[in-house]
Amino acid sequence: MSTLQFNPALCEKCNTVDCIMKCQYIDMDVETAKREQMKLLRGEKSEILTRCVTCYACEEYCPFHNHPFYHIVERQEALDVHPVPRPIEKSQVVMMAPKGRIEEKAVAAPVINLCYFPMLKGSIRGSIYEGASVIMGSDIFCNLMFLHFARNSTIRERLPKMMENIMHYYLKPGGVEEIICYHDECYGTYTSWAPAFGIDVPFRPVHLFDFLHRRLTELKSGITPLNLKVAYQRPCSNRLCPETEHFVDDIFALIGVERLERTYDHGQALCCGGVMEAQQLFDLAAENQEKNVNDMKASGATHAVFNCPFCFFTLMGRVSDKGMTPILMSDLCRMALGEQ
Amino acid sequence: MEGILEKLSEIVGADFVSNAAEERFIYSRDQGVQPPHAPDYVVLPNTTEEVSALIRLANKNKIPVVPMGGALVLSGLTIPQRGGIVLDMKRMNRILEVNEMSHYVVVEAGASQGMLKAYLEKHHPQLKHSIPDAPPVATIGGNIAIHGSGHLSQSEGGFHSEMVTGLEVVLATGEVLKLGSCSTVPKWFSRAPLPDLVGLFLGWNGTTGVITKIGLKLFPSPKMKDIMMFMTEDVDTVPDILFRIIGTEMAEDMAFFVSPQPAYFDGFQIIMISVVANSVKEMKMRRELICDSVRDYLERKEAGFLPLPPHMKVKLMEAPQKNLSEFADTVRGGGFEYVGAIMPVECIPQAYRKGREITEQLGITYSMGARVIGRGHAVMFYYAYPFNRADAKNMETVAKALEESNEAALEMGGIPWKAEISGQQLILGRMEPGTYKLMTEVRKLLDPNGIMNPGNWEVRS
Repeated sequence: MSTLQFNPALCEKCNTVDCIMKCQYIDMDVETAKREQMKLLRGEKSEILTRCVTCYACEEYCPFHNHPFYHIVERQEALDVHPVPRPIEKSQVVMMAPKGRIEEKAVAAPVINLCYFPMLKGSIRGSIYEGASVIMGSDIFCNLMFLHFARNSTIRERLPKMMENIMHYYLKPGGVEEIICYHDECYGTYTSWAPAFGIDVPFRPVHLFDFLHRRLTELKSGITPLNLKVAYQRPCSNRLCPETEHFVDDIFALIGVERLERTYDHGQALCCGGVMEAQQLFDLAAENQEKNVNDMKASGATHAVFNCPFCFFTLMGRVSDKGMTPILMSDLCRMALGEQ
Repeated sequence: MEGILEKLSEIVGADFVSNAAEERFIYSRDQGVQPPHAPDYVVLPNTTEEVSALIRLANKNKIPVVPMGGALVLSGLTIPQRGGIVLDMKRMNRILEVNEMSHYVVVEAGASQGMLKAYLEKHHPQLKHSIPDAPPVATIGGNIAIHGSGHLSQSEGGFHSEMVTGLEVVLATGEVLKLGSCSTVPKWFSRAPLPDLVGLFLGWNGTTGVITKIGLKLFPSPKMKDIMMFMTEDVDTVPDILFRIIGTEMAEDMAFFVSPQPAYFDGFQIIMISVVANSVKEMKMRRELICDSVRDYLERKEAGFLPLPPHMKVKLMEAPQKNLSEFADTVRGGGFEYVGAIMPVECIPQAYRKGREITEQLGITYSMGARVIGRGHAVMFYYAYPFNRADAKNMETVAKALEESNEAALEMGGIPWKAEISGQQLILGRMEPGTYKLMTEVRKLLDPNGIMNPGNWEVRS
């Protein structure tokens, strides 16, 4: 079984305890934070384990890239701490389990991995995705969502088989070596979680935004600047791959969209609240949702741009209620090419 | 019988009466496991006067009459046990009056649930009626006659029969009567303060007369609707959870269900909670109070509310719900048995365990659940068994499950709902003799020749 490559010595010598001190949901002085951090290192129960809302942000905050969040999840699981009620956790494990319905398909590049969001299949159309093959479903699902359920074990158990399926059923028959990850979560799985657990990834993952940027550059002559002022909702899983964040600005520059300054963007991005609802933290979820949407509105945005489908579904109603248009990045790009 | 067809045709017109073999075949059965029995005639009256004339004719010739609504009862109550006339009421489907201010509607008995819902949405969007989770073709008359329940049974007063404000009925003699306030003044607002005779026609399986018109309560239809899905894996906690949420008075409808399909629901107990409001503020408050009522379950992570994506919410908020109708065809072959039992809330764990035991023993699939009635004085607990009509063995097994479920319901302190003939026998076998005697005498008084749906509510000799 793969093991988290986590170095306790790095935490021991850390004086800033950024993983906790920068956390938007846990308010502690640095001494208390250090004490709680040490409890985690000793394998003891710490209030961090029960107060963590699993927003992934500490993965980005740690200056040593020591995977504090993955470590928290390891400790939660070891100490039987359940962020989500047990019946919901168990039901989700069954719901997202591989169904063994995969069939061999000789895909052609670009191969878009739509994760487990079949309802978004309609988004993969138009000149950007010309000739693309789409793969999705339970048999190739990254399962990273189980970080929110304190179940690294489920990811460990399923991920190797999922990657093998992608290779065996799709990429090898098609002679393709890379997949475009529609969701930050999949990209984060392959570029952050898998390496952190010493698991080899047999293909080259490409972030959707990298792909979109590439395609928009190729299709530049067909772009009509949108002249929109937008608010961008950065998802929790982008914390696992912050190196891709610049693509948001790069894409917006290509399609004539202004990313308005928000309080809750970049390093201060605030969870959409969807996971908090699963954790039964309804007040916090509502507070986050209100903060996010009010912040978008206050920025002067006419559109709220999402990449994470879960954030999109969680906030779309509230965004519309505030008179803004919720839109996925992929659809925004198609709009710039004059496509419906 | 000589000349009856012609006489029936004279009353309703030749197009609306038949003794053709194919019609008799269709009307000889329902989707459940009860054995078929063909009528001699099928008649579709258009007016109360026609019903009255038909009944006079039947009474004079001692021909059995079986009133029928949507024919969705599944327990054979519209199967003519002794032949005669099936009186299909679906042509009498007019919506006669809506009194907005006094929140009632007057409909003909054959008006369907779907028609009334659509009519109210179009013409009186601020009002709605309590709709059952039957297919929309279910009739208002049939549903109140069997003590049906629906989406407002939890919050607005109980069984649909309790929402009746008045009736027009045709007795077995052909006499037309009005019951409730409409008997005395030209308004259908209430059964009180008069002696309540409406009950003589509710729950009697058509053995006391034919319901032709109904006054039915309507209720406010708030602008906003939401749905919450609560999940637990300890069935013993279900009555407590229901009690707490009922106690908030914030839920419009509450229904509990268990099902082995989809697999991610197998082994869990799920409570659906509908919440309505007129503003965002009110909705927030209602949801918060519901959450607060079960807060300790949430904090112990024993149970919780499942986050629902918008597209799933839309589906779950539909009324009527389609999922049971979809489940009805899971084994294919057009057979579906739906055994209900009205029972106290505290019986839910026992009813669930018994249902699991029966289905495991017999090797059949199931769906079980319960709708809360009238703020929790009872639940309508259902066992649903789909079956393949072309598979005699499968039908036999489901019939056995039906029988065992009925016996179990009575044993644990419930009463089978819309029970088939054999279920009625089980009920009568436990009934106080004085009660049954009164039932028999009332029936004799109202139907001296015993023409109304004979075979029902009769102790077999």
